[in-house]
Amino acid sequence: MNAHLQPTGSAYFLTQETQQTERHTLSVLVDNEPGILARVVGLFSARGYNIESLTVSETEHGRRLSRITVVVVATPKVLVQIKLQLERLVPVHRVHDLTAEGNYVERELALIKVQGTGEHRAETLRLAEAFRAHIIDATVESFVFEVTGKPDKIDSFIALMSPLGLVEVVRTGLAAIGRGPVGM
Amino acid sequence: MAEKMTGAEMVIQALADQGVEHIFGYPGGAALPIYDAMFQQDVVQHILVRHEQGATHMAEGYARSTGKPGVVLVTSGPGATNAVTGLTDALLDSIPLICITAQVPTTLIGSDAFQECDTVGITRSCTKHNYLVKSVQDLPRILHEAFLIATTGRPGPVVVDIPKDVQFAVGEYYRPEIESLRHQSYRPQVDGDLKAIEAAVDLMLKAERPVFYTGGGVINSGPEASENLRELAELTGFPVTSTLMGLGSFPASNPQWLGMLGMHGTYEANLAMHDCDVMINIGARFDDRITGRIDAFSPNSRKIHVDIDPSSINKVVQVHVPIVGDCNRVLEEMIRIWRSKTNQPRTEAIAPWWAEIAKWRAVGSLNFKNSDTVIKPQWAIQRLYEATKKQSKEVYITTEVGQHQMWAAQHFHFDKPNHWMTSGGLGTMGYGLPAAVGVQVAHPDALVIDIAGEASVQMTMQEMSTAVQYRLPIKIFILNNERMGMVRQWQDLLHGSRYAHSYSESLPDFVKLAEAYGGKGIRCENPAELDAAIAEMLDYDGPVLFDVIVEKDENCLPMIPSGKPHNEIILPDTANLGSIIDEKGRQLV
Repeated sequence: MNAHLQPTGSAYFLTQETQQTERHTLSVLVDNEPGILARVVGLFSARGYNIESLTVSETEHGRRLSRITVVVVATPKVLVQIKLQLERLVPVHRVHDLTAEGNYVERELALIKVQGTGEHRAETLRLAEAFRAHIIDATVESFVFEVTGKPDKIDSFIALMSPLGLVEVVRTGLAAIGRGPVGM
Repeated sequence: MAEKMTGAEMVIQALADQGVEHIFGYPGGAALPIYDAMFQQDVVQHILVRHEQGATHMAEGYARSTGKPGVVLVTSGPGATNAVTGLTDALLDSIPLICITAQVPTTLIGSDAFQECDTVGITRSCTKHNYLVKSVQDLPRILHEAFLIATTGRPGPVVVDIPKDVQFAVGEYYRPEIESLRHQSYRPQVDGDLKAIEAAVDLMLKAERPVFYTGGGVINSGPEASENLRELAELTGFPVTSTLMGLGSFPASNPQWLGMLGMHGTYEANLAMHDCDVMINIGARFDDRITGRIDAFSPNSRKIHVDIDPSSINKVVQVHVPIVGDCNRVLEEMIRIWRSKTNQPRTEAIAPWWAEIAKWRAVGSLNFKNSDTVIKPQWAIQRLYEATKKQSKEVYITTEVGQHQMWAAQHFHFDKPNHWMTSGGLGTMGYGLPAAVGVQVAHPDALVIDIAGEASVQMTMQEMSTAVQYRLPIKIFILNNERMGMVRQWQDLLHGSRYAHSYSESLPDFVKLAEAYGGKGIRCENPAELDAAIAEMLDYDGPVLFDVIVEKDENCLPMIPSGKPHNEIILPDTANLGSIIDEKGRQLV
């Protein structure tokens, strides 16, 4: 090989990541102020963390607090860093790793447009009933379903609709909350 | 106690209320109302810089040498973007800065107005926190909160972006109570967990090969932290090493001092880190210049880590006893608990360890071959150090970034904190000259020297004009090897000595350049004349550019090369640098 093309050294020391990645749901309580979402998202991109899903909305208007639910995939070591880095942001009050804490419920809502006539249309309706999906719009050749549940339930409903005339899907992303009487 | 005033006047009033005496800045269209308010008062003195990057480094030097926050005032658009390097530098080195940036009027924001930029967007990732002030009512709270956030917890830069119409608007100024001020979500933890501190002291009491690894956090924690570190070191009898950012927190003249550790640290400091059984990290963050290969970093030690930033702990190196808290408070507790358990240092138990350290010391890892014909850069710094020791003035050193910086860290010795200002985390060439200006503003009677390289110093050379304007007698000690020496060294080490753009061509005549600015220029290339030339520099009452022509191809050693653990450090008598790094090391990206 030409000496000039050989791989060269570096000022940095890299070690291979050996830990397995895990999917965790974090709940982040923040001040609802301009730029807060950009701060959180910017932190993820700047430090190379992966976001699978993110939802945000004001939850306590009087105290101007918002709750961000973010699903991340990372190694256990990085998961701890994500929590601590989020807590470093000045407008962040608390971060709970719901997956690590264990006792929580999670739901997602999806709007699903399916087009079809004849037997396909009847089959679509039967499946929608089985999944407790509501019809929120209908024409003679289409439906829009609203379906709520855990993400894998929505995944399977979408998979079933796919051969029956799936047109498009909108998902809200995950909302999650701890079980029991205590708030975060 | 509200008082009606304009937003611009509030800025000046808040600075005065915070005890700010000096600010570094540069005017422009959007900042004019603040400049007008400043013109009509004499509490806050403004230092006019030549480039906004210079203002940020001056404020860093000012902050680092005083323990007070540095304040910067710049205009919108290019004023703000020019400040970004200094803000990032302050973030990585945890320096408290308040940077007030002017912004186009709120009605024009988002319209691509003249000198508009998304300042809060651009600076979000290079500040500890930032604000866009949309209403004059919010201004007093935000200004005072900015000081609180910049100076507490892990310090850092805070940007307050103030649109021009908010500067003109009239509102009620008040000085908020500190408790009402605090962002409810912002509560830095300053007291360490007592159980963890006790566990740490228990480890220390059983240690046979202990080492204190101290960092910039000790300096940020205030002079009492350095005092307490000295006391704890004396109580325990343990050896102490420090990072680049921590130099001065422990006296270099103390026999327990091992010198700096890390990539260009001493043999004894690095081997002590590698072979220790208990490592006590106080206010350092296991930076990659310190650890080298993580999987071979201090393999057999129990590690204690004191840091005010919880995210620093277990970020790079997994530790056994994490302690989140302010260095000073934790050191105080460690001293108290140690005293409650023993009144003896572990002199006998760790005597074999000190004997081992003595052997490493005897290697003389900072030695170099001196010359009669050409000035060696290490020797130039040693001569400078000797000359400054005889001065009655306080001596402050700043540096640029590169070989000269490492040689300064190795051969200039510090006995006090806050006397060494350097760009550690970001490694910003061009830091030293403006930082020296900032230090001299804070300490007008001190001797302030920027140990520089001829490449770095040209990045912010324009601030020589600021030094002349404000009669700041800074001394710029340029080790001129006509190379970007550290780049050249890496190219020798890793890139077959192919010197791609690492030489300084068409260098200015620094003597004439100094004179053109209205300062003094001195050149020296003969070792026999160096002492006299240094004396001439120190005697001159005004800014001096001192061009020391040094050995061109001197390597900065010792050095831990890439892909090697601490105990495979390259020592100064190594002949052929090019053959040291093996194929595996070369392939590290």
